[in-house]
Amino acid sequence: MSDDDFTGESRPYLLRGVRLKHDTVRKCWVLLAPERFLRLNGISVDILQRCDGSVSLGRIVEDLAEKYVADRAVVERDVRALLAGLLDKRMLAYE
Amino acid sequence: MSNPLAPPSGMLAELTYRCPLSCPYCSNPLEMAGRQAEMSTDEWKRIFSQAAEIGVLHAHLSGGEPASRRDLLELVAHCAQVGLYTNLITSGVGLTKPLFEALVAAGLDHVQLSIQDAEADSADWIGGYQGGFAKKIEVARWVADSGMPLTVNAVIHRANILRAAEMVDFAVKLGARRIEIAHTQYYGWALLNRAHLMPTREQSETAYAAVEARRAAYKGRIVVDHVAPDYHAKYPKACMSGWGRLTFNVTPTGKVLPCHAAETIPGLEFWNAREKSLAECWADSPGFNAYRGTDWMKEPCRSCERKNEDFGGCRCQALALAGDASATDPICSKSPLHHRIGEIAARDSAEKVEGFTQRRLTREKVADKV
Ligand code: SF4
Ligand code: SF4
Repeated sequence: MSDDDFTGESRPYLLRGVRLKHDTVRKCWVLLAPERFLRLNGISVDILQRCDGSVSLGRIVEDLAEKYVADRAVVERDVRALLAGLLDKRMLAYE
Repeated sequence: MSNPLAPPSGMLAELTYRCPLSCPYCSNPLEMAGRQAEMSTDEWKRIFSQAAEIGVLHAHLSGGEPASRRDLLELVAHCAQVGLYTNLITSGVGLTKPLFEALVAAGLDHVQLSIQDAEADSADWIGGYQGGFAKKIEVARWVADSGMPLTVNAVIHRANILRAAEMVDFAVKLGARRIEIAHTQYYGWALLNRAHLMPTREQSETAYAAVEARRAAYKGRIVVDHVAPDYHAKYPKACMSGWGRLTFNVTPTGKVLPCHAAETIPGLEFWNAREKSLAECWADSPGFNAYRGTDWMKEPCRSCERKNEDFGGCRCQALALAGDASATDPICSKSPLHHRIGEIAARDSAEKVEGFTQRRLTREKVADKV
């Protein structure tokens, strides 16, 4: 699974054992994974909530560019950076 | 305390000290409470509920062997119910397929399986349990087939260090998403067995490099978490990511501790979750506050630019090697006692101890003494 295969058509999803949780103590969203947790900012939550294996990368980017009224290329760069990190950490996969 | 106390994110629940294996580096204390003294199911459940309330995200169910507790399923179900990310740290021995399936259904999130070596005879000899290796392969298959994430954990020492990198290959074959290669840390049983376990500097360096090469080769397939060999390092590791900073342990009898070996430090007062709330044990127990932050530090740590990175190393190791728990961990090259570490490592790695059969004898002898 190299990053080259991760295209606009790819549909990313969080692997089993990796999940989002709203942390009422820290008052933020966290991503829980084996031996790790990541505090998430608003856009990361928006991205990961769409990673359910049914939505394509291209679609996620479009959605968020619209929602945040931002440049598509910039959004794509952010989305890819987040997801590439999670792919390396074995927290994410894609169809 | 310079910073306000953050909520703890992880709890290691040592459900029991009972274990069918007898690894010579076990992190359990030399003096172990038996079944009679263990907390009840209800006591554990209350503690897990409190843990979730004060912000714990990960509950690590450990031991000993957690499957030695008959109520393991009930405890896992409870952890899941209160929203904890539930990790089972197991030797695999004592798990059955129906129990594993029930744990999955109850909401278990992750399994961390220990291996003693990459080959059966050596592995069973190190763990002191015939057939353990085969059992682990079976358990790994159940976990991988269920789709649940599997971490393989291997402690590295002289008897298996030649196969440190092979263990990464083995973990990939087992379907693990993550492997922890932990060069032995010398506390408790490992300290007692140091002359059996200490590899040479060359062995450590070769193994370290070989494991790092595997990390690169397997990028995206398996995550390698590599705990460096302490006695051959320049700086100490950030023990527990800082004393009482992110995580705590609860012993089978309810003591709340910053780490496995904290009770070896004389004069520290730790509280018991049977008697006080976890919130109080975490925030106010004198033992936790003794080494929180950096105010307790002496030189050279006090004026060191790394003090918020490694927190001066390990307090228990400072006590064991420098005779003072508030000293700089002698693993650090800035410690005035650092030269002793090299001497100890060279001496212990040169010992020609024949196998761990010695270890059982030693263990009984020590048990007699205490
Ligand atoms: S399997 Fe774990 S608890 Fe059991 S003896 Fe080995 S290290 Fe200790
Ligand atoms: S002097 Fe203390 S703080 Fe500095 S590197 Fe050594 S152990 Fe860490």
